[in-house]
Amino acid sequence: MHGYSGKILHIDLRDRTDWVEEKPEEWYKLYIGGVAMATRLCWENIEVGCDPYDPGNPVCFANGIFAGTPVPVGGKYGLASKSPLTGFIGDSLSGSWFSIAMKRAQWDGIVIHNSSEKWVHLFIDDDRVEFLPADKLLGLGTYETEEEIREIFGDDQIRSATIGPSGENMVRFGNVTNDGRQAGRTGHGAVWGSKKLKAVSIRGTQGVTVADPATLLQMSFDITESAQGKDTEKYRVYGTSTNMLNMNKLGLLPTRNYQEGVFEFAELVSGEYLDEHHKVKVIACAQCPIACEQMSMVKKGPFAGAMTGIEYECLQAVSSNCGIDDMTAAIRLVDLADRSGMDAMSMGVTISFAMECYERGVLTKEDFKSKAAPDGIDLNFGNGEGAVILAGMIRDREGIGDLLSEGTRIASQKLDEERGTETYQWAMNIKGLECPGYDARALKTFAVGLAVGTRGGCHNRSAAYDPDIKGQTNRFTVDETRGEVASRSEEYAAVYDTLPMCKFIRRCFTGKADRAGAWPAIAQLINATTGWNYDYDDVDLIGVRAHTLKKAFNIREGWTEKDDDLPYRWKHDPMTIGPSAGHVVTDEELKFLKKIYYEAKGWTQDGMIPKEILIDLGMEDIAEEIGV
Amino acid sequence: MVASTSKYKYIVCDPELCIGCQLCEYICSYTKTGEFNTYRSRIRTVRVDEVLITAVACRTCENAPCVAACTRDALTQDPETGIIHIDPKKCDGCAWCIEACDFGAISINHATKLAEFCNQCEDVEDGPQCVKICPKDALEYTTPDQRSQRTRHKLVKNSLDFPSKAKDPR
Repeated sequence: MHGYSGKILHIDLRDRTDWVEEKPEEWYKLYIGGVAMATRLCWENIEVGCDPYDPGNPVCFANGIFAGTPVPVGGKYGLASKSPLTGFIGDSLSGSWFSIAMKRAQWDGIVIHNSSEKWVHLFIDDDRVEFLPADKLLGLGTYETEEEIREIFGDDQIRSATIGPSGENMVRFGNVTNDGRQAGRTGHGAVWGSKKLKAVSIRGTQGVTVADPATLLQMSFDITESAQGKDTEKYRVYGTSTNMLNMNKLGLLPTRNYQEGVFEFAELVSGEYLDEHHKVKVIACAQCPIACEQMSMVKKGPFAGAMTGIEYECLQAVSSNCGIDDMTAAIRLVDLADRSGMDAMSMGVTISFAMECYERGVLTKEDFKSKAAPDGIDLNFGNGEGAVILAGMIRDREGIGDLLSEGTRIASQKLDEERGTETYQWAMNIKGLECPGYDARALKTFAVGLAVGTRGGCHNRSAAYDPDIKGQTNRFTVDETRGEVASRSEEYAAVYDTLPMCKFIRRCFTGKADRAGAWPAIAQLINATTGWNYDYDDVDLIGVRAHTLKKAFNIREGWTEKDDDLPYRWKHDPMTIGPSAGHVVTDEELKFLKKIYYEAKGWTQDGMIPKEILIDLGMEDIAEEIGV
Repeated sequence: MVASTSKYKYIVCDPELCIGCQLCEYICSYTKTGEFNTYRSRIRTVRVDEVLITAVACRTCENAPCVAACTRDALTQDPETGIIHIDPKKCDGCAWCIEACDFGAISINHATKLAEFCNQCEDVEDGPQCVKICPKDALEYTTPDQRSQRTRHKLVKNSLDFPSKAKDPR
């Protein structure tokens, strides 16, 4: 078998044992890698119905099929556990060296079971597993932890995935970080914190071989070359932050906790402003010839020294969405999130939730007392310094930070129970995961994509904003085509998430990003790597199967049709200014959209999966358990 | 950047252009071993503080200190190209050459315990493969004379505010 070792490493943190599971080639042909394989490992190893913080919730790594080869943007891995934010599948991706070290240590997947009594640092030295004490790493930020580990071993090719203080404190939206990249969104950091797992380090010294190196190299050369052209210019020059002004123009830029879609100071927090005033250098993940990460630094003022990569989703969450027009505060907020290991998007939306609570009188200045602000904080929208202090309180679970570290869903539930308030009306999450940077009130295909999303409020798993924004669909209305569009969009994304490859490469195969433009080339890359005989249809099925599998996971964990919903605000409060003013997604519209979406999938009207669909996709055992 | 004092050609990386993607390491290890394994690459990328990034390979120093340091006379320098050749029968992986190298450009192969050097792909038809694959043209196969010429040009261009050409969009 080329491209895979055929081996999954299992590690038990309680018993301090490890063992190897061998998987047949047929299994790899179904699940490939990335989010699909990670979800499948989670399906096989989870204690069904467990709390995400129970020892029975496993940490499941699945490597990429192209990791460790020169195939551009193929150096990525998938990470899955049951998400503490949603209670459903928490599937994330991260790029760079960690996946490559894992490939060279010859592990296709790693499953970490149970919880440790003491804080532990797992060291996987090729095929040997060590349980090292993590005492010296505790409290260190994510980058510091990695540096400290390389210092201890004296080998900078050892690569680590770690949690920062946020993960240690089980901030519900804590991330896992490796090489300055994050496996983000769904709260992996908190799961690791619950297991007292501070870091996983890998040294892989074996070479990676493929079935047809000449073809693979030639294709890699060609894709690398076209990745320097106009097809990736948006990512290379300003990065995704150019979306700030684009979304603002469309009236879709989340502003003051999604109250509006137009931010009057958008110029001051735009990608163009960032480029002119703060950009230090553009860097890449390992194995990526595009390089999109706009490393940005604060040079003066109270946040001087803050430096991190800035992209659109994090930037909007902590700037316009919090009413903040100070780019230096925005950079510091993302920097703090990255270094402490929490999700900058969820953190931003949680802070904006708190700001709205403050402006509406639910929370008062005294509620925000902390060591850094003994008198409390006037947490109006736009208070950048206050937001930075609050972010630190969330990281440390200090004062009100303890409540807010649970994310918007739980925080609003607790507030409403304790104080008889109605903060749920502005708690901007879907299934418990905070919303992304596109206002779905005026993106109605995307609205259904988000509502049905297996991961919650995520723009990465559904790309249905794309037809809405490009005008291929009327973004203000609904019609019977949208179910199919949303369904095909998430299955398209799932192909990239399963290989996994970064979606920024999608136009570089032939200049066209659609299935016809990309799938034949991806099939060729898979064949050159593995020696298989994949074609267009096989590649397309990767996405269908991956998405169906994640949905199946959720069904087994208790999903019902009621969980496919949108935040109250998007259903009831229209925006008042800009080109998207006046729109909401009504309950009737949402009901219709869900119906045609389930129909497009061939599912029941309650959104359950018929047995034969699962059997056709090769997942008979899953059909047995949850098929109808 | 530390300058080489050599007359020989060598592979040099412009840290302003390097993005740290490691494709040079992939192609190098494949060319030398038939496998993709950055541990076996003779060019190494380096990242410090996230944004300080470059790649380092043998600088073919004149009167190379690694050759002088070798206690077993396993290393010889080609007088024409400056490339360091190693006699695997003599090398015992003692790492004195690594101690002598100011550039960190030598590594020991964990499996064979032999020192490994960049040989500028002298046995490959179209020359150094890392230079060929580098997506940002950060790597250059050059001599100190060419480097200084280039630096002088850059200096003049940067110090005169004269919009002679459209800015490279990359």
